This record gives sequence, C-alpha cells and structure tokens, in this order.
Amino acid sequence: MDDIVAESGKLLLLGNEAIARGCMEAGVSIAATYPGTPSSEVGGVLERVAQKVGMYFEYSTNEKVAMEVAGAAAATGLRAFVFMKHVGLNVASDAFVTLGYTGVRGGMVVMTADDPTAHSSQNEQDNRFYSKLALVPMLEPSTPKEAKDMLKMGFKISEELGSPVLYRTTTRVNHARAIIELEKIPEIEQRGRFQKDPQRFVCIPAHARLDRIAQLERWERAMEMAENSPLNFVEGEGEIGVITCGVSYTYVKEWLKGVQILKLGFTNPSPEKKIANFMKDKRFVIVIEELEPFLEDEVLRIAKGHNIGVPVYGKRTGHLPRAFEFNPDIIASLSELVSVEERKLPLDVEKIALPRRPPMLCAGCPHRGTFYAAKRAVGKKEVVYSIDIGCYTLGVQPPLTMGDFLLCMGSSIGAAGGFSKATDQKVMAFIGDSTFFHAGVPGLINAVFNDHRFVLVILDNRTTAMTGHQPHPGTGRKHGEWTSEAIKIEPLVKGLGVGYVKTVDPYDLKGTQAAMKEALEYDGVAVIIAEKPCPLALKKERRLTKGQYKVDQEKCNKCYTCVEKLSCPALFRVGDDVVIEETMCIGCGVCAQVCPKKAIEEVDQ
Amino acid sequence: MKYNIQMVGVGGQGVLLASMVIGETAMRKGMDVTMSEVHGMAQRGGSVTSTIRMGDNVISPLIPKGGADLLLAFEPIEAYRSLEYANKDTYIVANTHPIIPITVSMGADEYPDLEYIIEKMRSASSKVIPVNATEIAIEFGGAIATNSVLIGAVAAVKGFPLYVEELKESLLYRVPKKFRDMNERAFQGGYQAAMEIMDQF
Repeated sequence: MDDIVAESGKLLLLGNEAIARGCMEAGVSIAATYPGTPSSEVGGVLERVAQKVGMYFEYSTNEKVAMEVAGAAAATGLRAFVFMKHVGLNVASDAFVTLGYTGVRGGMVVMTADDPTAHSSQNEQDNRFYSKLALVPMLEPSTPKEAKDMLKMGFKISEELGSPVLYRTTTRVNHARAIIELEKIPEIEQRGRFQKDPQRFVCIPAHARLDRIAQLERWERAMEMAENSPLNFVEGEGEIGVITCGVSYTYVKEWLKGVQILKLGFTNPSPEKKIANFMKDKRFVIVIEELEPFLEDEVLRIAKGHNIGVPVYGKRTGHLPRAFEFNPDIIASLSELVSVEERKLPLDVEKIALPRRPPMLCAGCPHRGTFYAAKRAVGKKEVVYSIDIGCYTLGVQPPLTMGDFLLCMGSSIGAAGGFSKATDQKVMAFIGDSTFFHAGVPGLINAVFNDHRFVLVILDNRTTAMTGHQPHPGTGRKHGEWTSEAIKIEPLVKGLGVGYVKTVDPYDLKGTQAAMKEALEYDGVAVIIAEKPCPLALKKERRLTKGQYKVDQEKCNKCYTCVEKLSCPALFRVGDDVVIEETMCIGCGVCAQVCPKKAIEEVDQ
Repeated sequence: MKYNIQMVGVGGQGVLLASMVIGETAMRKGMDVTMSEVHGMAQRGGSVTSTIRMGDNVISPLIPKGGADLLLAFEPIEAYRSLEYANKDTYIVANTHPIIPITVSMGADEYPDLEYIIEKMRSASSKVIPVNATEIAIEFGGAIATNSVLIGAVAAVKGFPLYVEELKESLLYRVPKKFRDMNERAFQGGYQAAMEIMDQF
C-alpha cells in the first residue's frame, strides 16, 4: 500500500515523507544518508520506494561517505540528494566545504535536519552557519508543504548556480504533518557521465585557488537570485515589520496581529535590498527565528550599511530567547511590543508530585543484559564508562548508570583511549554495531596503534535500532536486485590486531559476565561483542519467537532485586508483589537469572 | 473554525497511530490539517505527545498553553502533566489505566493514587471524562484495542467536529482485517462509556 508513489491525490504526510516525495518529483537519481533523527523517516520512505521509481538510494557507513557518494553523482550531471541530522553535517563537513569549491554539475541538495531543544540529539547547534562557512546557498522551509516545494526549487537553484544547496529543516518541519498534494513524478535519469576537469575537481592548492574565485562569482549570482526569489516574500500590512523564517513563520502568521511580514525561504545569501526596502518605512522591526540570531545579525548589518535607523528587536535585545525551539507561547512574550491574538487562559491546576517518565531500554532489550553483566563483572572497582550514540545511551539512566562520557558518534572508543593514557583508571567503552561501522573503527585502529588499554564492548543488535532499524555494513543488505554480505565484526576486530576478542550472548548473564571479567584483566585492548538481535526489529520482520515469564509469588521473597537492579519495563510492583506485564514480556529470561530466589519462571505456552 | 487536539501518552501505546486516524478523517472531510509528533528518544517508553489541528487556515504545528479544545490522554499521569494545554472549555478524555514508569518500579518516585489524580483533575475542570479504556478493550477482545476505545470516546465529545461513522471508517481502514470486528466493538464501547459520563455534565 505505497500511496506515496501515487500519480496524484492528497496525502496526510509527515514533513520527512513530503521531502522523500519531493525527491521523487524532483527526479533525484541518487540519494544517500546515515540515519539520524529528525531526518530518519526520509530514508524509511526512500528505502521502500527507490527501486520502484528508478532512484538509487543507500545507507552509507557515515555522513561523510554519504556526502562523497552524492557529490560524485552530482559531478556526473545527475540530481543527488544527501540528508542527515545536524550533527551529521559535522561529520560530513570536510567533504561538504570543498564541494562548495568544486561546485556540481547536476543539482545537489544537502539536507541538514536541525534539532532545536535537542529532542533527540547531543546538542542544538544552528547549522545555518555552515552555509556561511562553505559559501553554499541555503533554503529554509516552514511547513511540510513548503518542504516539498522548496526541495524542488533547491535543485533548480543548484543547477542554475552549479553549486550545492543547503536545505535546512528543523524537527517541527520534519515531524509535522500536513496535507500534501502529489504532483508528477518525472522519469528519473539513470546514468550520468563524468566529464573530466581536474582543474575544477582535483583540489590541489593551485586548483583550489581557482575554485575559490569561481565560488565567489557564484556567490554574487546567488545574491541576485535571493533578491528575486519567490521564496522571499512580503505579506500583510502594517508599520511594524516582522522578518522571519522556518517554523517560526507559522507562529507569527497565526498569532501576531497587525504586522507586515517578510518571510524568508532563501535565507543565505540574504536578500539585502529586499530587507533594506522592507525596513525603510517601518516603526520598528522584530526578527523572529529559532536558535542563533543568524538573520537578526544580517538585518543589523544591512540596516547599518543602508543607514536605516529603524530599531531591530529580537534575541540581541533580549525580547526573544536564544535557547530551545519556539512555540506559540513565545510569540505571546512579544505582547509588549505588538498585539498578539487573544487566547484562552490555561486551567488553574494544583501542582502535585508526578513520577518522572524517562525513555528507557525496551523490555527484552539485549543491552540490558550486557550492562548488567558488565556491572557485575566490574563489581566495586572504579571504572570509567565511555559510551556512545544509540539506544544503549539510555544505559546512563538508573539503575544501570553505565555512562560517564559521551561526545558524538564513535567517541566512546577514541575517548576510552584518551582516558587510558591520561589516568590509571580502568576504562570500558560501549558502542553499538552501526555506530562502530560509522565512526568506531578508526578509534579502534588508533587504540591498537598507540597501545591504549581498555575494554571495548560492541553491543551488536544487528541493526540501527534507535532511528528505526536501518541496515548497516554489519547487517548486509537485501535491496531488490542487489544484495551485499554482512561484514562480520569479530574477524574485522581480530584483523586489526586486537589480542582479546570474544563474542557472547547477552541473554546469558553468566557467560557474558565471565568474558567481561577476563577482558578487564587483559593488558591491552580487549573487545567483547555482545550479539543478539533487537527484539523490535525481529517483531517488525515477524521473526520474533516470543516467550513468557511469570513470578511465582510463593517463592518470591520480595527482595525486589529484579525491579531495582534490572529496570525492565515489563516488571513492576503491584502492592508488595512483583508482576510481569504479559503484553510487554518477550521472554528473554534475563530477570529469571537475576532473581536470587529463582522465583521467576518460564511459562509453557 | 479551528479545532485543536493535544494527545499524550507513553511510547508504544499507539498515540501516533490514533492521531493519524483522526487527522486522516479530517482530511477526507475536506478540512485543512496540521500535526506535530514527538519521535526518537521518546519512543522508548517515555512520554509521547502529538498535536492535531484541523479546520480553516491552520498553519502552526503547535498550540499555545490553554489552546486545546480536546485533551486526549492515554495514561492518567500523562493527562495531569499536560493539563496546561487545557482551558475551562477543554474536554479532557483520560484513560484511567496506569502505566507504571521505571522510576516508580525502582522506588525513586511514587505513583499517586488514581482516585486522587481524577479528583484533582475534576477540581480544575468540569469537563473531565475518565474512561477505563484498557479494561473496556480487554472486555472486547484485548488490551491492544485500547486505542480504538479512546478514539470511540473522542467521537462522543460534544463539539468534536468529526462524525462517529467517519471516524470509525478511518479507524477500521487502518486495522488488519481479522481484527476489525474486535476494534469496532472496542470503538463502540469507548463511545458508550464517554456518552454515559457526558450525560452527567
């Protein structure tokens, strides 16, 4: 039931689904990504439909590789799309910045899905600065509908300029839903042809200098395009001006009254003349944008350059916050300056103590067993836990509390090496399988090369679980006509020269704990691979053989070791008893191994 | 006309599926729709929220505090946590079946008494509709149909802009064939339960 490839009609689509549809309507030939929220669902759709519409789509091993794949394709004249979450662009920035120099032949759009409020990220960096850093023009959609339309515009702009285009979304565009009108999907070009031009595409210093000049010329043309772009328009009447972009525009449009709006979609280079004209006869101007005062500083610069004395309010004046995403209530905070749509008062509610509900490892998650066994193996010793990005980051939550340091994808291994050189403390690093292939391998090579000493636990659940079960080099791929074999982690690690390598089953606590103990004694880099498929992935693929455990209340001595030490969400207290929620338990049996009284037993089904 | 729904619950309860059913019904009816969901980390057993806006000229994906016409909560403490989205005219449909957070199992936090939560909610608003959706679902064939019970309950809410039959049709369209009967009964059960409470208003 793939409505998303229909010829026409209307669908209620997530921003990311609209973006995937936009790729089809733009005739994108090649798309690549490494999954990262809030961008993940774009890949979910493309994975499903790419072959049907004649597009090549791949999950690359990391964002930099994805950028290189797409950049090469665009150099052959094909349309290429590469997408990632905001921090993914940090990884890909090396390739991205130089692509800004070489430019492209076919259209190339680079999506950065920023995450204000850091809903599911390690930071909330404003990636609009990458468009300034790389001198790559930028578009910013406000809604799912605009997301589709603007993506198509992005390819046109890219081709007209011969430059990649940065397409910057935020969580509330990627994860908003709206009614999307389906438009024509053209025939997708299958093969490009690379015309050699080393002076342009081989960035040795002598060539890079020429590219730099060409880039600045492109930038001049981009400035003209931004001035005349229909993506930058004025709405409404009033002597108070609002300059806005992205999802902030939707809040302004619905809840601010009596203002004239300059809505910017083509935000870098900013349309200087348009902004100056807009400001000239205003009483004052408010710049409303999430995160950094990116446009606001442009507006201040332009006002100064054009001798416009109109006051500019926004983040620099403290009228709007610089942290976290906006919402309609933030618009209300402008009521001193401008009239805001009247709203009903929220209920007057008495504050009562409510239990917190943090996200956690699912019932039956193999990582729970791995962490539990590691904790037992460590015992009372002081160990620094260097962790990484993925579901297992949740191991930081009590009662497991297995996480002391985390920077970015792959950092667990590099940092563990650093700790091992900098301190006398024992170090254990934890990394997932997908993350290991993404950015862990170089860290491990470094550790072997530089004689680091730590235990590395690779939590291999055979998928990229956190973002929705995408494949990675360790799983191999079956995609229509082509398949690739899984790259096995154990021989890879052995091949790097790691002296202690052992694969364990994390549902077997004893075996896992014994291996961890040995590894902690090992003098050098020791690697444990805790391998067990993610039960949610198995469930999706209808491969999960579910078991069921229950607590024998007679045998249970109410010591609560299971709920207090293991924190499986299927296990909880009802009065004095511990019960297992039938609908959640998958029968992994880890709780039964933890129970000192052997009061948790498997139920025959 | 604009109608705003704030939906809240716990990861795995089907909050997003239920919001799709409501959103698609509004779309078929020719209304404009905009929605916003929480994904990612929050899927793993944490709090999940979804905002649905329908009617004319709905643009923003979020609503202000006090901006909901309907608050639909899949879990009682999540209902309480989100009361700031309600105003004195907001109908509050709340499943009364608790899902115990891990913080409570571990003994770090306490889950308040259910009666107490409902009483506190009622002292803030005269439009609370507590429905034991999970129990009703089990009665009609399985806890899995809790979702359908709550969608049925929503259909009963005064001023709700979508008709009962329209909602039911959208729901059943999304449910696998062999579970349609069960979900239809669950939907009806939710509708009845909410109607009975509404009659007392």
